[in-house]
Amino acid sequence: MSTQLETSTVTPEPAAAELSYREAICAALSDEMAADATVLLMGEDVAEAGGVFKTSEGLVDRFGRERVRNTPICENGFVGVALGLAVTGFRPVVEIMFSDFLPTAGDAIVNELPKFRFMSGGQCSVPITVRSIGGSSGRFGTQHSATGESWYMALPGLKVVTAGTPDSAYSLLRAAIREDDPVLFFEHRGLYGRKALVDRSDANVAGVGKAHVARAGTDVTIVATLMMLDRALQAAALLQEEGVSAEVVDLRWLRPFDEETVQQSLARTGRLVIVEEQLHDAGWGASLISRLARSGSYPAASTRVLSLPEHLLVPYTPRLEDELVPSAARIADAAREVVGAGAAS
Amino acid sequence: MTDTVAPASHLDPASLEPEQLLGWQRRMLEIRLFEEKVQELFQEGLVEGTTHLCQGQEAVSVGAVNALRPDDFLTITYRGHGHALARGMPMESAFAELMGRSGGCCGGVGGSMHLTDFSRGLIGSFAIIGAGLSVAVGASLSARLRGTTQAAISFFGDGATNIGTFHEALNMAAVWRTPTVFVIENNLYGEYTPLKETTAVEDLARRADAHGIPGTIVDGQDILAVHAAVSVALERARSGDGPTLIEMKTYRFRGHSRTDPAKYRPAGELDTWLERDPIVLFGRQLEAAGHASAQELADLRAQAQTDVDAAAERAAESPFPTLEEIVDYVYAA
Repeated sequence: MSTQLETSTVTPEPAAAELSYREAICAALSDEMAADATVLLMGEDVAEAGGVFKTSEGLVDRFGRERVRNTPICENGFVGVALGLAVTGFRPVVEIMFSDFLPTAGDAIVNELPKFRFMSGGQCSVPITVRSIGGSSGRFGTQHSATGESWYMALPGLKVVTAGTPDSAYSLLRAAIREDDPVLFFEHRGLYGRKALVDRSDANVAGVGKAHVARAGTDVTIVATLMMLDRALQAAALLQEEGVSAEVVDLRWLRPFDEETVQQSLARTGRLVIVEEQLHDAGWGASLISRLARSGSYPAASTRVLSLPEHLLVPYTPRLEDELVPSAARIADAAREVVGAGAAS
Repeated sequence: MTDTVAPASHLDPASLEPEQLLGWQRRMLEIRLFEEKVQELFQEGLVEGTTHLCQGQEAVSVGAVNALRPDDFLTITYRGHGHALARGMPMESAFAELMGRSGGCCGGVGGSMHLTDFSRGLIGSFAIIGAGLSVAVGASLSARLRGTTQAAISFFGDGATNIGTFHEALNMAAVWRTPTVFVIENNLYGEYTPLKETTAVEDLARRADAHGIPGTIVDGQDILAVHAAVSVALERARSGDGPTLIEMKTYRFRGHSRTDPAKYRPAGELDTWLERDPIVLFGRQLEAAGHASAQELADLRAQAQTDVDAAAERAAESPFPTLEEIVDYVYAA
């Protein structure tokens, strides 16, 4: 009856390769599972189907059904199972198919994972990664389009991270899996096809709680996450043609929160554009402004915020779905505006 | 599939050592007197907040926990004093925890509802209904993945059988055939509301049928029946045959929590159950079997009382934790 875990022997991957964001996720899972036999993947359709977004393709063949486990559709239950595994020697990675389903695991995510170590007086650690896939642009409608990235950022005990590029998807997911604390890891469905060079070397494990300057610039700081980071980088390229130098900060971690990197960027540019695929209220953008204001580094007159509209939800109807979400063109407009305003003062 | 009675013949009481049985009685007495002491400590201002006493349900804790191996896992609930003490948590450690002291099992951070002791496999004490079941499934799945014959037992109340996680956990345990034992302590009330007002089935063990696993109904006031039923379920779990749901028919002598005088109970109900006090019942069995005289049983109680008082006194000497201490409990890294 007992099933011993198989250890995997594989040929090493080349150090750097052009990978899609999807492939980068799969590579991080695969590399961490190969490196550590206690890493497990579980979630709906993750085994033979390779995940509905194909982020675990081939993993069941390589690591077997005990380490790549299909679960019933019961998020609260299977995140609880992951907790039981985590406190008895494993490092489970749990996939939540759509971020909109996170609230069904609300008790596990709000009350169990973050509080478990604390309530026990530090008797255990809770090395769980909950991967959550969200975001608009897929025409998936109102219940399958939230990023959800800020919903759980105010829970001490939990760490929250977002991946905006293939390389950060790889390095951040590896970092999350290696953490001894529970990490909520957000992926954006709209980015899965994005390709870029990914450094697949052992050393490419991102720092926990560190934002990343994705593009250096001098005139304006654009802070974004997930698909908005991708669009901010596109906007920066547009602006470059006009002689406007935009610095793009990939905030990455929402807990711990790295306002220092943003402050350092603002010290160079003095102008701020925040781009969020969520409401501004009660999100990381509002927290960023609050933190900057408290430290006296908020450039109030030279800030623009792009976010989802306050009194709407994401609709199915394609043209309007696109219109609601900040585009590269709108981000570039906001940057021009703030640069103009900054220049005039 | 649901058995109406426990397989009582599994473990012949005569085959158990008298010292072991007297140890069980001693442990039930300690739990009873520990909780009596908690009431006193409230009045003295040494314990604050709330507690959920298990008085009347001691046979479930002691009978079931004594069927476990030292390396098995347990998840318990906010009504968990009995299970924690039955598992061997020192009373001083439990008292200190209730007093919010550094010397408590959780450094004083957890309190009455979160008695946790990883060194004894007690991996979680949950104050959210139903949350511990899936964690027990995870721990038992872990045992199987590591190639051990460890099992996990999850204790919860009748009210938990109406929450989604109960069904989610039973289903996963059944489909993955994990070595898990689910123990319902049916004390007839979910908080202040009688079970029959919230639940259409009277015998909660029948819910096992929905998940294709065995369900057993046990007299939770009979420690030998409890021990036997849990032993059978554990044997089944360890041999790879999967989980079992056991319903212990029991009763809490007190209200739901400290502020509940339990006035909603029909007249006479408590008296009827007091006649089935598990400590009295087992005492009679011990006497009948010639394992102890009435005097020896009285001495056992007196010794337990002495130990309870001494443990509470020592616990009160433990310092309160500092902010620096508890900050380290939030994150591992």
